[in-house]
Amino acid sequence: MISLAGRDIMHAWGKFVFTGVGLGLLIGVTLSMAGIYRGMVDDGKALLDNSGADIWVVQKETLGPYAEPSSIYDDSWRGIRSMPGVARTANITYLTMQVRHGDRDVRTMVTGITAGGPGTPGWPPYLVAGRHITRGHYEAVADIAGGFKLGDRLRIRRNGYTVVGLTRRMVSSGGDPMIFIPLKDAQEAQFLKDNDAIRQQRRRTAANPAFNRPQVPGLVDSVIASQSTNPYVNAVLVQIEEGHDADGVAESIRRWKRLTVYTRSQMEDILLGKLIATSAKQIAMFLVILSIVSAAIVAFIIYTLTLGKIREIAVLKLIGTRNRTIAAMIMQQAIALGMIGFVVGKITATLLMAPIFPKYVLLEPLDSVRGFVAVVVICILSSIIAIRAALKVDPAEAIGG
Amino acid sequence: MAGKGIRIEGLKKRYGSGDTAVDALKNVDMQVPPGEVVGLIGPSGSGKTTLLKCLGAVIEPTAGRMTLGDEVIYDDEWKVGDLRALRRDKIGFIFQAPYLIPFLDVTDNVALLPMLAGKSNAESRQRATELLQALDVEHRAKAMPSQISGGEQQRVAIARGLVNRPPVILADEPTAPLDSERALAVIRILNQMARQHETAIIVVTHDEKIIPTFKRIYHIRDGVTYEEAGEGRGFE
Repeated sequence: MISLAGRDIMHAWGKFVFTGVGLGLLIGVTLSMAGIYRGMVDDGKALLDNSGADIWVVQKETLGPYAEPSSIYDDSWRGIRSMPGVARTANITYLTMQVRHGDRDVRTMVTGITAGGPGTPGWPPYLVAGRHITRGHYEAVADIAGGFKLGDRLRIRRNGYTVVGLTRRMVSSGGDPMIFIPLKDAQEAQFLKDNDAIRQQRRRTAANPAFNRPQVPGLVDSVIASQSTNPYVNAVLVQIEEGHDADGVAESIRRWKRLTVYTRSQMEDILLGKLIATSAKQIAMFLVILSIVSAAIVAFIIYTLTLGKIREIAVLKLIGTRNRTIAAMIMQQAIALGMIGFVVGKITATLLMAPIFPKYVLLEPLDSVRGFVAVVVICILSSIIAIRAALKVDPAEAIGG
Repeated sequence: MAGKGIRIEGLKKRYGSGDTAVDALKNVDMQVPPGEVVGLIGPSGSGKTTLLKCLGAVIEPTAGRMTLGDEVIYDDEWKVGDLRALRRDKIGFIFQAPYLIPFLDVTDNVALLPMLAGKSNAESRQRATELLQALDVEHRAKAMPSQISGGEQQRVAIARGLVNRPPVILADEPTAPLDSERALAVIRILNQMARQHETAIIVVTHDEKIIPTFKRIYHIRDGVTYEEAGEGRGFE
């Protein structure tokens, strides 16, 4: 038996392919939306992976340092380091801000890392070019996603930094490229005010009789000095010793240091369940809407194609073609249209949309398989309307009268 | 000849019911033996199309009896379970317009019917090719319907009507779109095929050009048929 669907497609392949391309662009957008969600999840996981931490110690009763502001003293690490099962600790600060790069502003996550070397928690695990930070000030390691190059000059607040190293896939959970600078610089950047504000603060402190007592010379200078430094960091990153259980160490720190402590799995829950939950819901909603629109378009196209063949269908029925042969013809065409659309959509998402999209788009093979199955199911369901219309065609229409 | 061809006795068809009922066929009697081509003539609204639809098992008559070959297919109710199979295997259709399937080439347009009947592709195409040869369109076997002339399309449609070797063929104004020469050629072909394949052919027509070619003509008026001897000799 010849394939009626195949012959019909080959007969009007141009119309069919163009329709498939149109549908494919829509499927491409749908696949890209799924890829954007996966990218967000991957960004979040990359952030945790790249920190090199097993445990995050943050301000009590906060979801810091990624989902909420967190502030703990920068000497807390000493006490944490002495806890059983703790191998390494490191202060860390995170500050999402605009960084001046040449003539443009780049949205980045400036990360203050403690002195140390590769392997220290918070340090970028590898570089794609250049070297790590070796000086105490004004050097930066930046992610290439921000368009930075070695030797570039960056302006963070009032200070200039030289890019000495480049990383890849070091991004915030929002996809902003990370810039690593020395911790002291980062603390200053978080705290640093403009000159007018500093002068005003000094004046207000000096005018306060509690700080400026005639009998205590030097008190006001001490207070002003303490106001000019930032003794806080956002979190302490902890690596645990081999053979120790992260939950056990975390519980110990919680009990003795009265700080909030998150393990890797808890931090992942915060990132995925809270930080990107709203975005994920928005994307899921878009996916549902796009799927419905795709289904409606496939249904409309197949219905229109079928209506254009009413006379042929009447003739086929009159000469004895079984209903299932006619239904199969329509369904096969719908599936073929979906397959063309899927191939075009996959190519569009992979080669056109993912590279130019401003966020990381992660197209996972399993998502493609799910997408393919969804497209086929949608096409089958969408063809039902057309099949119903075809089966209602009266073979007498071929005779006329 | 007895027991073959098509025989219709007292066929009636009523549309609607009550005050709005319309008797499209009041009393139709026809008999067409194998090998004969008869004309069915009547004015618009006389019941020609309704009769054709009843004969083609497309609509159900209200009463009467129809015998196809040796088989009673209708006797106040359908006696055949699968009407679609009946149309596929025992009735050939030739329409006013060829109504070829536009996405199948000439050979497959003809071969489709035997394929639908369960014949192999090779056998179906072989039978199609033989008929296309007989109808002198074999040279267009691989052409698409849009690439051949109206006369050639009509011959392909005739081949399609004959390919399953049905005992009866219903032709609905098969020469309407053709000029005199081609119209007569089509009737000549139908006569040849009727004789060769022992097929009973009923040609519904208004076409003055071909009416003289029929040996027998059935007139239908207000749902009633009247038989008349024609002037034609059926191209013997």
